[in-house]
Amino acid sequence: MNTQALKEMLCKMGDDALIMGHRNAEWTGLAPTLEEDISFSSIAQDQIGHALAMYTLMHEHLGEPNPDIIGFSRPETDFTCCHLVELPNSGYDFSLIRHFLFDHAEILRYKALTNSAFTPLAQVAAKITGELKYHILHANTWVRHLGNATEEAKARLQTSLNTLLPYALGIFEPSIFEQALIADGIFIGENALQTQWMQTIAAILKQTALHLPDVTTIQPVYGGRRGYHTEYLQPLLTEMTEVFRIDEQAEW
Amino acid sequence: MSSLDPRINRLDLVKTAQAENIQPHQHWETYEVFVQAKRGGHHTHAGSLHAADHDMALIFAKEQFARRGQCHNIWVVKTSNIFALNTEDADMFAENNEKKYRNTGGFKVSDKITQYKRSHKHTQPDETD
Repeated sequence: MNTQALKEMLCKMGDDALIMGHRNAEWTGLAPTLEEDISFSSIAQDQIGHALAMYTLMHEHLGEPNPDIIGFSRPETDFTCCHLVELPNSGYDFSLIRHFLFDHAEILRYKALTNSAFTPLAQVAAKITGELKYHILHANTWVRHLGNATEEAKARLQTSLNTLLPYALGIFEPSIFEQALIADGIFIGENALQTQWMQTIAAILKQTALHLPDVTTIQPVYGGRRGYHTEYLQPLLTEMTEVFRIDEQAEW
Repeated sequence: MSSLDPRINRLDLVKTAQAENIQPHQHWETYEVFVQAKRGGHHTHAGSLHAADHDMALIFAKEQFARRGQCHNIWVVKTSNIFALNTEDADMFAENNEKKYRNTGGFKVSDKITQYKRSHKHTQPDETD
């Protein structure tokens, strides 16, 4: 098994989940209604948990330092999250569409990984898939609801969808280890995942008044997987690690 | 893109001080939530919440009333679909304690006997139940 390939894959999955979880958690106390606040905060919390799960696999099986060190001590250029998760929150429509696009990719990825040749990951993926079921139920409910609601609601969702699609395609930026991961039976590969994802989100959007732009004409936003990031990641990392950096040896 | 994080952008109270005029029925309806802890168990009333429709009520109920401990299933019912007796008619039940013959205590005893028999099944292989 190619451990370098595996490490790279677990790291990008952990980083996506950590940064998405942090961004979504910024809505805690601010979401449109109390009920939605609780639901969205729980989803954010789940995502931090998924990051912890990936970093723990790296620590226990691939000789990486403990999860806190992986999450809080690396420089920005060592992060391999996609740009989609880095973008700052604007309106709730923006966060809902991002949640919809991101979590559909997540559930398909983890479902595929339940058959991974790397057994510890397959076991963790089975647990995480259950949580992600709720994430997509939540996302689909909102998208169906608002995507068939008032003109303002539909226009807002459509604008967010148009803005976020190029970034969402960046989730599937191919790794240099793509062939090794497929050959070793670790993962089905980003290409196969993107195809599944396109079919799924198209089917949901069809039930709404929203229009899915032709993705073949869209230039995906790549770079995140190779350590190139938006201007928004470093301020997020600075804030996220603020307390940790006061005393890195502290026992919690 | 500006952040909605209040530590970055403080809400301008002067500009937003104008209260929004909400029409009757513009608020979401309330739903009553019933949580079933175990498969086959009773759905127990857990509380109520606001939601735009029953699908949304279900996703909210999951995190609001079933995010801790055991849960197998959830029911949601529009509060307006719950019908109740008048509380001033509670005297209809006042004599219940006088009617012990209606109590089904016998079933509880038979439950205990069945349970006892089951738990001793393995120690007494000859016994059939």
